[in-house]
Amino acid sequence: MLKKITVFVAASLLAMTTLAGAETLINGAGATFPYPLYSKWFSEYAKIDRTVKFNYQSIGSGGGIKQITAQTVDFGASDKFLTDAELKGAPGKLLHIPTVMGAVVVTYNIPGVAKGLKLTSEDVADIFLGKITKWNDPKIANDNPGVKLPDKAIIIVHRSDGSGTTSIFTDYLSAVSKEWEGKVGKGASVKWPIGLGGKGNEGVAGQVKNTQFSIGYVELAYAFENKLPYAFLKNRDGHFVEPSIKSISAAAAGAAKSMPADYRISLVNQPGKDSYPAAGFTWLLVYEQQHDKVKGKKIVEFLNWSLNQGQKMAAPLLYAPLPANVAKMVGKTIKSIKY
Amino acid sequence: MKRKSLFGRFAHGDTLFRWITLLFAASILLILLLMAMEMVKESLPSLQRFGWDFVTSSEWDAVQERFGSLPFLYGSVGSSILPILLATPLSVGTALFITDIAPSKVGSIVAALVELLAAIPSVIYGLWGILVMTPWLQQTVQPFLIDKFGFLPLFQGAPYGVSMLAAVFILMIMIIPIITSITKEVLLAVPIAQKEAAYALGATRWEMLRMALLPYARSGILGAVLLGLGRAIGETMAVTMVIGNTPQISLSLLAPAYTMPSVIANEFAETTSKLHASALMEIGLILLFVTLLINVMARLLIWSVTRGSTGGKA
Repeated sequence: MLKKITVFVAASLLAMTTLAGAETLINGAGATFPYPLYSKWFSEYAKIDRTVKFNYQSIGSGGGIKQITAQTVDFGASDKFLTDAELKGAPGKLLHIPTVMGAVVVTYNIPGVAKGLKLTSEDVADIFLGKITKWNDPKIANDNPGVKLPDKAIIIVHRSDGSGTTSIFTDYLSAVSKEWEGKVGKGASVKWPIGLGGKGNEGVAGQVKNTQFSIGYVELAYAFENKLPYAFLKNRDGHFVEPSIKSISAAAAGAAKSMPADYRISLVNQPGKDSYPAAGFTWLLVYEQQHDKVKGKKIVEFLNWSLNQGQKMAAPLLYAPLPANVAKMVGKTIKSIKY
Repeated sequence: MKRKSLFGRFAHGDTLFRWITLLFAASILLILLLMAMEMVKESLPSLQRFGWDFVTSSEWDAVQERFGSLPFLYGSVGSSILPILLATPLSVGTALFITDIAPSKVGSIVAALVELLAAIPSVIYGLWGILVMTPWLQQTVQPFLIDKFGFLPLFQGAPYGVSMLAAVFILMIMIIPIITSITKEVLLAVPIAQKEAAYALGATRWEMLRMALLPYARSGILGAVLLGLGRAIGETMAVTMVIGNTPQISLSLLAPAYTMPSVIANEFAETTSKLHASALMEIGLILLFVTLLINVMARLLIWSVTRGSTGGKA
């Protein structure tokens, strides 16, 4: 009996390995923010190339960076670019491949005020620093003639979990306010001077919805899907800009001139009259020198596909696609991957 | 007899069995040790950098890399002791109702409902907490508390909804089914003779419960309470969703707070700095230590209670 079982187990194991041999399995891990898009990409790509299977674990940018550095995955994904020290810690040259862009919107709950409250970047920073404490502060009121702003204290809600959304938002605040940069700084988790912490976009949005006279920030897609009111932010060129797929792409286009070859750039507060100021790239991390010939070839094929067909799937899922001039640069970078 | 051949070479099946069970038992200890060792190893950078400051400082700043865990320790202890104080009388009362007071049909329905509560995943409690409980707290309960009891430091501040109070409430609801169902089993295990003896001496139902039933079940009830405490201190998801996640120490129950499991769950996935990850690991280590401490104290308490009573004393 025992012998029979052993034979059976061995046979099925053998069958499984031969089946798996027919397709290349490529493992990746990292950011949660682009996960909905990536999972769409991988399932669509599986229809085109049946010999490859992508397996992506959305464990967070931190985990993605750790795993690609330790080479336990074939590619990483992150909403934050690696520092020089982190790049030196990797066993080979790591490339940043920007895939799409995301943005953060400022949402609020003021009875009687719909979307479109106009806020300058300095005001947003001062509100989150706790320096502007009332909604009818002249600094806010002067930009919003005709809007009835109440004489009520502003209640601040921020993310409690470390997230790419917080990274972009604090990066934006650091870029527009010296005081924010010095006191708080930027990162996935920061020490908030004031306010309540909600877990995830849903935690912040729920808290803002329930609390009159509150303000918070959420990812653009989340705000659109849930029809939250959001503010128009004043950009570097002095225009109040509505957050949208177009205005985010405009931010990347505005940054194209100063784009470094490794794409390690923050997209906040970029020039251009249509540029939305609180936007950021999300990147895939791959080694320039691939060790596995088959996997390397498959990864390059996929990256090229994502840059062409893949980009078209971004906007319906509320991610901003790369503008043409940046996409062209990225295409060259993908060519430089060796296998 | 062919079947026996596999074990045939072991003359004593009992010896083999004893070694196997010993191996299983030892593996539990080994896992605990390995976990503790790994956590100490991972938290070394933080241990060396901050030393004792880590447990006495209230500063938590991932950008400047200054870490102190006191607000989390405070939040965890507060948000687990208070629910226990509230839930214990409720649970013991419910259990007594099920076993001794309600007609057996009603009792079994209540018991089934209580067990149903215990089976609800904590994230569901959390969602209910955000969507239903915190708005209710914010609009009804907290303004009332501020209005009527605002002179006490416990009820000062603005009504945000999310707060220590919200965490206390949700944990209370979550641990009631645990304490109730274990207490129920303990009460059912009390020998009938114990109760009948009390009745025979002319005790009323209340006197029987107080003098015969509860003292007999004391250690078991205490065990149930401690299991509830264990659940409360380790609960992550539901608490994170309603506590407001602000690392501060405030006497007010209306102020937002933060717990040790919550900060780990919130920040671990996105940490990129070694020291930050290490500080979170050290919080995990402290949590492990606190949990062990509670367990040891629980053992001692149960031990001293059982030694002091054999039932029947008032």
